[in-house]
Amino acid sequence: MTSPRSDAAPRCFQDVILRLQNHWAKSGCAILQPYDMEVGAGTFHPATTLRSLGPKPWAAAYVQPSRRPTDGRYGENPNRLQHYYQYQVIIKPSPPNLQELYLDSLRAIGLDPLVHDVRFVEDDWESPTLGAWGLGWEVWCDGMEVSQFTYFQQVAGYDCAPVSGELTYGLERLAMYVLGAEHVMEMPFNDPDSPIPLLYGDIFRQTEEEYSRWNFEQADTGTLFQHFRDAEAECERIVTAAEEDSAGRRILMAHPAYDQAIKASHVFNLLDARGVISVTERADYIRRVRALTRKCADLFMQTGLAQVAA
Amino acid sequence: MPDLLIELFSEEIPARMQARARADLKKLVTDGLVEAGLTYRSAGAFSTPRRLALSVEGLDAASKPVREERKGPRADAPDKALEGFLRSTGLTKDQLELRDDKKGQVYFAVIDRPGRPAAEIVGEVLAAAIRNFPWPKSMRWGDGSLRWVRPLHLILCILSDEAGAEVVPLEVDGIAAGDTTRGHRFMAPDEFSVVDFDDYAAKLRRAKVMLDSAEREGAIAQEAANLAFARGWEIVEDPGLLAEVAGLVEWPVPLMGEIEARFLDLPPEVLQTSMKEHQKFFSARNPKTGRIEGFVTVANIETPDDGATILAGNQRVLAARLSDAVFFWENDLRVAKAGMADWAEGLKSVTFHNKLGSQADRVARIAALAREIAPLVGAEPDQAARAAELAKLDLRSEMVGEFPELQGTMGRYYALAAGEAEAVADAARDHYSPLGPGDAVPDAPVSVAVALADKIDTLTGFWAIDEKPTGSKDPFALRRAALGVVRLVLGNGIRGNLLEIMTPAGLMLTTLLKTSGYKSAHADLLAFFHDRLKVHLRDQGIRHDIIDAVLAQPGNDDLVLVVNRATALNEMLSTEDGQNLTQGLKRASNILAQAEEKDGVEYSFGADPKFAETGAERALFAALDAAEPAIRAAVAKEDFPAAMSAIAGLRAPIDAFLDAVQVNTENQIVRRNRLNLLSRIRAAGREIADFTRIEG
Repeated sequence: MTSPRSDAAPRCFQDVILRLQNHWAKSGCAILQPYDMEVGAGTFHPATTLRSLGPKPWAAAYVQPSRRPTDGRYGENPNRLQHYYQYQVIIKPSPPNLQELYLDSLRAIGLDPLVHDVRFVEDDWESPTLGAWGLGWEVWCDGMEVSQFTYFQQVAGYDCAPVSGELTYGLERLAMYVLGAEHVMEMPFNDPDSPIPLLYGDIFRQTEEEYSRWNFEQADTGTLFQHFRDAEAECERIVTAAEEDSAGRRILMAHPAYDQAIKASHVFNLLDARGVISVTERADYIRRVRALTRKCADLFMQTGLAQVAA
Repeated sequence: MPDLLIELFSEEIPARMQARARADLKKLVTDGLVEAGLTYRSAGAFSTPRRLALSVEGLDAASKPVREERKGPRADAPDKALEGFLRSTGLTKDQLELRDDKKGQVYFAVIDRPGRPAAEIVGEVLAAAIRNFPWPKSMRWGDGSLRWVRPLHLILCILSDEAGAEVVPLEVDGIAAGDTTRGHRFMAPDEFSVVDFDDYAAKLRRAKVMLDSAEREGAIAQEAANLAFARGWEIVEDPGLLAEVAGLVEWPVPLMGEIEARFLDLPPEVLQTSMKEHQKFFSARNPKTGRIEGFVTVANIETPDDGATILAGNQRVLAARLSDAVFFWENDLRVAKAGMADWAEGLKSVTFHNKLGSQADRVARIAALAREIAPLVGAEPDQAARAAELAKLDLRSEMVGEFPELQGTMGRYYALAAGEAEAVADAARDHYSPLGPGDAVPDAPVSVAVALADKIDTLTGFWAIDEKPTGSKDPFALRRAALGVVRLVLGNGIRGNLLEIMTPAGLMLTTLLKTSGYKSAHADLLAFFHDRLKVHLRDQGIRHDIIDAVLAQPGNDDLVLVVNRATALNEMLSTEDGQNLTQGLKRASNILAQAEEKDGVEYSFGADPKFAETGAERALFAALDAAEPAIRAAVAKEDFPAAMSAIAGLRAPIDAFLDAVQVNTENQIVRRNRLNLLSRIRAAGREIADFTRIEG
């Protein structure tokens, strides 16, 4: 490509997403859709947590709406949101050219590493609620963290073999940088020349405000505590259910059980935002969610998706 | 003699691990070579973010043949013994030799090991080094089983001499050694081959890789200084940051930027910490204003726009970070100017330790203690108590929440904003000191009072709940706190008895914990202080036995007194007179102790010159009559050098006495009189120290 960079550069938020989708589709990933539950990060999608377990090869990429209730700023902070988008790529086994594939994705969205300063800076990743950890880097572009790059070593307490390579892009921050936007709410969402041009704020300013109020002040903590207990109990019930259904077929319900673990994790985040969980209790809630994830993984490991094809 | 070149080319190695990895690679490989019988002239290791390299010069082309003889069992030994010997040597019975030995015939195995070519040895040694490399954290990748710090891509391993280069055949987890590597990730990504170290280093340089981290550090420091100089600024030196940054780049390109004017009112420590921790920027100071006004970021690439895009990006990121900092600073200042009541309230909800109460409880104790300590250190009691009340409030500020390392530093700013006195604000900053053996000791009276109160509260508190350090476990850094007390007391010449100083703390804890008594805990804690003191004085060249001799004296919880005594004693013992005197004192004490044990009495009174039979005896009486008041007077004035010189005068008379006179004579009156005379010697020594504890 010889055209000047300005022509190649994306012009709006969705263009950044579409280019990433195209890049990873061309690189052989299944382009999945977001998981239909509230999660704190793209890693919680079963396409990452559960599919990184076991021996079967896997390659997927998807956008995942992510919720971090404590990061809500009523839509006023230029960079912080309680609801934002992550772009997630997961490939097992991690291919030898994963760094190159990743750098190509930056080129695809207009970040040319011959003009920018792209660096891989040590950052080990750990998720106490998922019982997962890996080694890798945060990727810096001109001093800004634009992605997390991790080689999974353990998930839900299981050693990953083969190892999955996981990439996570914080889409708003990355797009703001590419598009030169100073405030997330001012970033063009669709093409600025569209008949109806929409800014990020046209879509999300009011919801940020509404959710910030609900997260911080209104969410009923009694109800939330009950939700946590319910999800925990339902998860336990599912993983201990009989292996055969009423017709005598062996159907293990790892995914429905894991949905309950996801739910418990999100409810915990909401309670945390309400400030009703003390420091000592906090560790205990994290431990309870990790225990659920572990049980789901135990079950998943017995299913066909975690077995080598005969 | 061939030269060996090794390069392990991987994905980015964490900067903090590179120095260790260089040393480990060099050691593992050269030790392995030497063990296998290869010697070499010199070796050097190098690292960049993507490679670890080792150059070994003047390596033997092959190991020397070795003949090994091993003695086996005797000819008449049981078959089992012979079988074992054959197994361990890998020989058959007819390959063994029978030789005559003192006790009969014995089997000998003679094993000839031919010399092995260097390539064979290098291959084995390097493969083992890669498999057993001691990374602090390592990982697997793809579907392999090899562990490395990050995925390993290429192994370059060649032996070269005048005839050319040869690739050492070796394979680790599917990676076969070759003679190629790659240059800079973006500026020169293609693979190229090399023939020896010089060729390697030169080609890497052409491929935009500076191999030597020391050279990169030098280049960064030099260019950063030049950039700063051009603007009349100077770089704030930071060796740790320099080493880290040199481990993040293969081709350093320092770029200088300005900090926007709207951020210049932030405290310099905030600017510096934010830029260093988040961005790995060097700070540039304007000597005319004394402020941090610029930064240097180090890029890893030369770009067509001379780094303009990179610098602009970094500026934006910095602006976002500093906007946050301004936001914290302004919010904090509002709370500070209103008197910091919100923070004081907030400390109530922060648990210090579940048995020792909240931070607010702790602050109240420290304030009460600081008030008591104040007169000892020349501080105004009210001011010391006020400073203690404020000293921990910044822990609740947003800035310290973001940058915990700014605790104390921010406390000073906020205390000033609240209109507190300079001395009070300084104490907020300095009361954590001294943090380590090299950290400066505060000397402003209010700071000293709060610093001591803080540490004494911590120590007495954890002693009260029996959470003392054990072995290597010291989770509350109590050794550091105790050394801090020792250094504060000595550094400021604080005269007082620690047991008394700690008493108010003990009483408060007794009330809090509803326990009875604190005295035994404080006695134990005093021994802990003594241990720290010994370590501290040992570093200054005073032996532990000298300190023990002094600690056996009364008043050993007055550390200044202890050190003055120990220093004078140490001085005296370094002279020949002093050593002989010690011998004399010890001899006198021993004779006396034996007689006392035998007779079941203590000889301590009533030596009379009229029973003296010899000149030496009479001379000793006279010497003691002169020395005793001099020693007592000097000790009373704490003039230990004078006390030492007074007692040193006893050396000759004691020696003469012990040489000339037999203490245990037949005549019981004379014997008793001599023993009582010895007791005067012992008492004279005891005025100064317990000489029996001096070794040698």
